[in-house]
Amino acid sequence: MTTLPTHTEKKLGLVIDLDTCVGCHACVISCKGWNTENYGVPLSDTDPYGADPTGTFLNRVHSYEVIPDLGGPAQLVHMPKSCLHCEDAPCVTVCPTGASYKRVEDGIVLVNESDCIGCGLCAWACPYGAREMDQLAGVMKKCTLCVDRIYNENLPEEDRQPACVRTCPAGARHFGDLGDPDSDVSQLVAERGGVDLMPEQGTKPVNKYLPPRPKQDRAEEVDILAPFLEPVADSPQGLLGWIDRALEKL
Amino acid sequence: MHPAPSVILFTTLSGLGFGLLAFLGLGMPPVTGWVAFIFYVLAYGLAVGGLLASTFHLGNPKNAPKAFTQWRSSWLSREAWLSVVALVTMGIYAAGAVFLGTHIAVLGWIGAVLSGATVGSTAMIYTQLKTVPRWNQALTPVHLLSLSLAGGALLAGQMTVAAVLLGIALAVQLAHWQIGDGAFDKAGSTLGTATRLPGEVRSFEPPHTGTNYLLKEMVHVVGRKHSRKLRMIALGLGYVAPIVLLVLPGPHHLFGGIAVLSHLAGILASRWLFFAEAEHVVGLYYGKRGVPAPA
Amino acid sequence: MAFQQPKLDLSPKVSDEVRKTTCYMCACRCGINVHLKDGKVAYIEGNRDHPVNQGVLCAKGSAGIMQVNAPSRLRAPLKRVGPRGSGEFEEISWEEALSTAAEWLGEIRAKAPEKLAFFTGRDQSQSFTSFWAQNFGTPNYAAHGGFCSVNMAAAGIYTMGGAFWEFGQPDWEHTKLFMIFGVAEDHDSNPIKMGLGRLKERGAKVIGVNPIRTGYNAVADEWVGITPGTDGLFILALVHCLLKAGRIDLDYLTRFTNAPVLVNGDKSSAEHGLLLRDDDGKFLVLDRRTGKPAPFDDPEVKPDLAGTWRHAGVTHRPVFQLLAERYLSDDYAPEAVADRCGVSAERIRHIAGELARTAFEETVEIDQPWTDFRGVRHEKMVGRPVSFHAMRGISAHSNGFQTCRALHVLQILLGSVEVPGGFRFKPPYPKPVEAHPKPHGNASANGPLDGPHLGFTHGPEDLLIDDEGRAKRIDKAFTWENPMSAHGMMHMVISNAYAQDPYPIDTLFMYMANMAWNSTMNTSGVIEMLTAQDDDGGYRIPRIIYSDAYSSEMVAYADLVLPDTTYLERHDCISLLDRPICEADGAADAIRWPVIEPDRDVRGFQSVLIDLANRMGLPGFVEADGSPKWVDYADYITNHERRPGVGPLAGFRGDGDATGRGAPNPDQIDRYIENGGFFIDHVPEDAQYFKPWNKAYQDWAVGLGLYDAPQHYLFSLYVEPMRKFQLAAEGHGERQPPEHLRARLKHVMDPLPIWYPPFEDDAVDTDEFSIHALTQRPMAMYHSWGTQNAWLRQIHGYNPLYLPTKIWEAKAFADGDWARVTSVHGAITVPVAHMAALNDNTVWTWNAIGKRKGAWALENDAPEATKGFLLNHLIHELLPAKGDGLRWANSDPITGQAAWFDLRVKIEKTAAPAEAQPSYPPITSPVGKGAKSLAWKVAK
Ligand SMILES: Nc1nc2c(c(=O)[nH]1)N[C@H]1C(S)=C(S)[C@@H](COP(=O)(O)OP(=O)(O)OC[C@H]3O[C@@H](n4cnc5c(=O)[nH]c(N)nc54)[C@H](O)[C@@H]3O)O[C@H]1N2
Ligand SMILES: Nc1nc2c(c(=O)[nH]1)N[C@H]1C(S)=C(S)[C@@H](COP(=O)(O)OP(=O)(O)OC[C@H]3O[C@@H](n4cnc5c(=O)[nH]c(N)nc54)[C@H](O)[C@@H]3O)O[C@H]1N2
Ligand code: SF4
Ligand code: SF4
Ligand code: SF4
Ligand code: SF4
Ligand code: SF4
Ligand SMILES: [Mo]
Repeated sequence: MTTLPTHTEKKLGLVIDLDTCVGCHACVISCKGWNTENYGVPLSDTDPYGADPTGTFLNRVHSYEVIPDLGGPAQLVHMPKSCLHCEDAPCVTVCPTGASYKRVEDGIVLVNESDCIGCGLCAWACPYGAREMDQLAGVMKKCTLCVDRIYNENLPEEDRQPACVRTCPAGARHFGDLGDPDSDVSQLVAERGGVDLMPEQGTKPVNKYLPPRPKQDRAEEVDILAPFLEPVADSPQGLLGWIDRALEKL
Repeated sequence: MHPAPSVILFTTLSGLGFGLLAFLGLGMPPVTGWVAFIFYVLAYGLAVGGLLASTFHLGNPKNAPKAFTQWRSSWLSREAWLSVVALVTMGIYAAGAVFLGTHIAVLGWIGAVLSGATVGSTAMIYTQLKTVPRWNQALTPVHLLSLSLAGGALLAGQMTVAAVLLGIALAVQLAHWQIGDGAFDKAGSTLGTATRLPGEVRSFEPPHTGTNYLLKEMVHVVGRKHSRKLRMIALGLGYVAPIVLLVLPGPHHLFGGIAVLSHLAGILASRWLFFAEAEHVVGLYYGKRGVPAPA
Repeated sequence: MAFQQPKLDLSPKVSDEVRKTTCYMCACRCGINVHLKDGKVAYIEGNRDHPVNQGVLCAKGSAGIMQVNAPSRLRAPLKRVGPRGSGEFEEISWEEALSTAAEWLGEIRAKAPEKLAFFTGRDQSQSFTSFWAQNFGTPNYAAHGGFCSVNMAAAGIYTMGGAFWEFGQPDWEHTKLFMIFGVAEDHDSNPIKMGLGRLKERGAKVIGVNPIRTGYNAVADEWVGITPGTDGLFILALVHCLLKAGRIDLDYLTRFTNAPVLVNGDKSSAEHGLLLRDDDGKFLVLDRRTGKPAPFDDPEVKPDLAGTWRHAGVTHRPVFQLLAERYLSDDYAPEAVADRCGVSAERIRHIAGELARTAFEETVEIDQPWTDFRGVRHEKMVGRPVSFHAMRGISAHSNGFQTCRALHVLQILLGSVEVPGGFRFKPPYPKPVEAHPKPHGNASANGPLDGPHLGFTHGPEDLLIDDEGRAKRIDKAFTWENPMSAHGMMHMVISNAYAQDPYPIDTLFMYMANMAWNSTMNTSGVIEMLTAQDDDGGYRIPRIIYSDAYSSEMVAYADLVLPDTTYLERHDCISLLDRPICEADGAADAIRWPVIEPDRDVRGFQSVLIDLANRMGLPGFVEADGSPKWVDYADYITNHERRPGVGPLAGFRGDGDATGRGAPNPDQIDRYIENGGFFIDHVPEDAQYFKPWNKAYQDWAVGLGLYDAPQHYLFSLYVEPMRKFQLAAEGHGERQPPEHLRARLKHVMDPLPIWYPPFEDDAVDTDEFSIHALTQRPMAMYHSWGTQNAWLRQIHGYNPLYLPTKIWEAKAFADGDWARVTSVHGAITVPVAHMAALNDNTVWTWNAIGKRKGAWALENDAPEATKGFLLNHLIHELLPAKGDGLRWANSDPITGQAAWFDLRVKIEKTAAPAEAQPSYPPITSPVGKGAKSLAWKVAK
């Protein structure tokens, strides 16, 4: 129902490591592949072979350039973005039909397509651009957290995880219960200082982002390493002398 | 936001329609019989026409009835209820006036309030959206309501009331723009908060070279010049001209007629801007600010 | 009111059946699980058991479903009816197609087999296609390596018997410092990403050396935005610092490399600079015990680096001393190279220091005894945890071979190859250069070629030239212009055939290479050559046969098109005889098999080649009585034996239990299918490292049939075969280079790595053309063939040219602007975009996004054709004329590798044209156009 559950038993979500994401788009396409064949109507594409191919995707990878506060050359960061399964999900409360809801069991935010009128209001209410109206079916689509995988008894245990997580070559995507402080994902968030996107929007996202580790672009450590380059000799002869002594010791 | 004709027409026309209904409910003017019939046809035409227009915005209208279920939390659902209740109430009241020549005053009062409430609920649909700071301000409902009433008065031929209400609406419009212009920055969402990356962040490459629903629906870029021009037109046609025509001595009906048309044109412009100038925070992720940041 | 929500089916059926095969959305060859519903492909995911990808899958692989259903798929054999390039074809029967081809080719073979030029592109059956070409008898066969990354392959094999590319990998589990040079994606698409992920997990440091900071370089902890073409200098400066500080692995150098091998110091002799050998031809090292030379593999020998051997009035010095002398010179001091590299001297020292510290202070030890080829037992496996990887960024330059060599020398000095934490080979590598064939090029009417086409030259005697010095091959590989062109030079074929130099050909037969578009240099020029006519109105290149699976640009230029299946519809074999898919700790091979049946009149190309061979009765393909040995490719894969007991697939041989060696097994392919489409045999624990010198590994390799006798060898810091070419240039020996090449050969064939500026820098005015222009592989696109994919093309529908802040601001560019980009050779007009994380003097774009109108079943107004573009129009296969009456090739003087990244340009802002320039008239699509919308769900 459109009112939010007062409390969910779990807070399933994703933790995405921006220090590791190479921006390969594998998660984007495996998501498209799984979700076009599974939950709800297919993710359609209009003008797929023409001038303006436009399709429904539940996960998209942005890339940003950062001029670091700490100084040093510009950096590039890839940022995959899908539904963050917010605790205070505005997309749910605005929905007039109850199609948009948050599950009590695990906090997954879903659209019940058979109730959706395609008014688009939930997409308006989402700060993150995580909802896309399918242009062919006229119903709202969004990341399902692969609800039809994570509990799926037709899949081997190890595959009961989101398609995007399973496919990520760099291992930059982690899935788990962020409601349980002892879960691997919660631990990871604690260790790496995981953050919320647009906290000021008050949506309390469940998905967390691990910021890139500080780069080591500048050579200021040069002094620390200098000792490792102490010349043993400055002429070839000198070097050979040193080598002669060294070989003797071997 | 994308200024879709459907929503522009919907909000403008139904606003006028319910405004007119409100005045009719208050017995201003206390019309009966044929005259009443004309008025109510006009009022219902606008209100219902507007509501129909809004359904063009739906991807999947066949489910429309389900929109009544979520009145507890959803302003859109509440609007659905209020509009229907208002229309029914006023329907009975209208029947009395047209066929029996009587005014069931209480019903009229209630109908008037419901009509106003309908417009208010429509306004709340926009007001509630934190994602669109320009809308997310106290004056949004005031703005839409004041316009609806002023327009209603105008249509109801309440010249003086109309002139006064237009004056108020004008003031509110100006204030709404004033506050709206600063709202996005005030709300504090930036590419920095959107990405939480440490440093000066710039969008390098969009996720896809092609476009998508979000960009089409929620990212609309209006040139500053263009918006200034339209604001002038909105002010002139929507407010100033009607007021002048109303206070001017002369053929009231003719001037009244012109005032209505001018007002309608002006408000369509104002409403186009209401959407076109409204920036959704999602634009940040795409490195797009709706209105180019002031130089 | 109670909170209620809809009941969901949380365990929907995923598929009716899963079929496991090998991906071919690119050359990485990952294992895939193809989920089928009602016999249709419903979903593709990675195969967890597969050695290459261990379950993960990249964007391309996951989009396979859009590929096997692409509207661009060819439907039937095509015969050209319109003029070449028009795209006007008529569909014909396979019988007509095959008899036509067999007739054309048969005639050639009877008269002059060399008049057939057979070249393959993204091919993964080179051991088969070369076998076909060899038995046909033409010397003119190669795959695409010559324009791809032969510098990397050849430098690696000549130096250490194996290369980066896909022949080896860092020891992801132990390495602590990883340097990656000039890589955007590479063939090991998934393994590199998995490895980087693992390094991040382990907190190992990654340094990216690349003018552009995207992808791997974006996640690198440290970025070195080097000036293109200068890596060699940068690397040799690191060598300088390490040598000076004695931060080199003396034990490793003396035991496992030719550092201690004595170099003939007799300036007067024709052997000057060659390595000294004993009477059994064994390298001689100076023995510290005796001060006398001894064979390198003597169990007792204590090889010396510091001494010299004076004999008959001549002083012979070990390789190491020549090396030290050269790189200790101040020419290689950080200060001397910093400006040219665009990397500060402090930065260079800092990185050298980091290498030194990690290699020698953070040594990795594995408690695993092993025995080396001298019989010396080592209690532990001790390693230097610094590792390197590099690809086309350093190889696709005219100084690429020597730069790749320099990097390997750095690795070897650090003792970080084939050790824990270092760089590891994948079987069948390591394999010494001597164990590879030499090139062969002698054709005879109706006879097979005298041996394998491609190989490694060891001196002038191995060049494929006739007595007048004329090239035997149409691509002029293995000539004085590029003596070590181990992969051939596909990028020269069309221009040489057009120029009828060294001789005219009759038929150009190509497979899986879009040579009329993105894989060729000088695209506009090549299009003209393909359509050029003689005075008699006949085409300058008389016949073109082409096999493609899709409606590519090249299809339009063929006279006869042999339509291939998609990768899910045919048998394929990823063989140990070919480009391996192994991991460092296992030998693996794999198959593809028809997991779905083609719905079109198409045939697997390898089976088509077998059909043609049978029709022509090619030796090797038919029995003595002329009857065919194999009916199709599956039959060949199962029953062909390259050497007795050794065939295309190593797994399940004999009765099904034999590995590597064993009689053909009729059930082999079924066994592979049961096993998930692949086979892997793990390297024993005591054989996992030090492979070239490790007895246990060599015995395992022989057992597996990788070779027939142990192949112990020393790494070549000093590459003797190069010295042989130098000697010739100095005037020694029968075979002498032409005068105009002497000086160049003396210079570039240096047996120790050198650096020289990319040729284009000398050929153009670098003040006018001050900007370097590069391309990168997009991770979510595969060259031209990703574009027909409805999902992938939404990610890369067009490609802006990225400009660094310096140029962006200097020329006052703004978003949405266009620029005219000019090289000495041509000009293009393209959309531009700003990028700060980029070398100041470098611009770049994604590779192969631009498409020709009418190709790939796209609409003519597709962004790929209106805004997308190729840099190839700016890159010529020849350098601009120097006025010496000669045209020098725009490629590496040693291997002939195409020098894509030497490109220099200038840029000016221009008004946006209607379309990116140059633009071409549309090709008539032989397959029509794609659907107007897609809603892909196979389950009803
Ligand atoms: N500017 C610039 N140009 C470059 C490069 C660069 O870095 N910069 N890189 C160069 C390099 S390294 C390479 S390898 C080349 C690659 O360029 P190409 O060798 O041309 O490779 P592709 O464009 O991927 O595909 C070649 C053809 O294979 C066809 N094909 C795909 N699948 C099949 C199949 O199953 N069967 C058959 N028969 N055909 C199939 C495709 O339709 C396409 O027409 O590009 C080169 N060109
Ligand atoms: N997704 C995907 N994967 C592919 C392919 C594909 O088309 N798509 N193609 C496959 C093929 S055929 C090949 S050959 C491999 C090639 O794999 P890569 O070698 O990664 O090929 P490129 O994309 O050409 O990357 C060259 C890199 O070198 C950098 N570079 C250029 N010049 C210099 C230089 O002078 N110094 C340094 N340090 N860096 C430099 C460029 O910025 C770029 O990052 O990829 C294979 N894998
Ligand atoms: S698959 Fe992993 S690495 Fe690739 S874009 Fe997605 S999150 Fe990043
Ligand atoms: S990310 Fe957007 S769609 Fe997802 S729960 Fe939050 S608000 Fe709703
Ligand atoms: S689009 Fe569908 S899910 Fe979203 S608010 Fe409207 S009805 Fe609810
Ligand atoms: S969890 Fe599933 S639906 Fe959500 S982004 Fe990942 S693959 Fe897509
Ligand atoms: S890297 Fe991607 S495309 Fe290439 S084989 Fe692996 S999965 Fe397929
Ligand atoms: Mo390549």
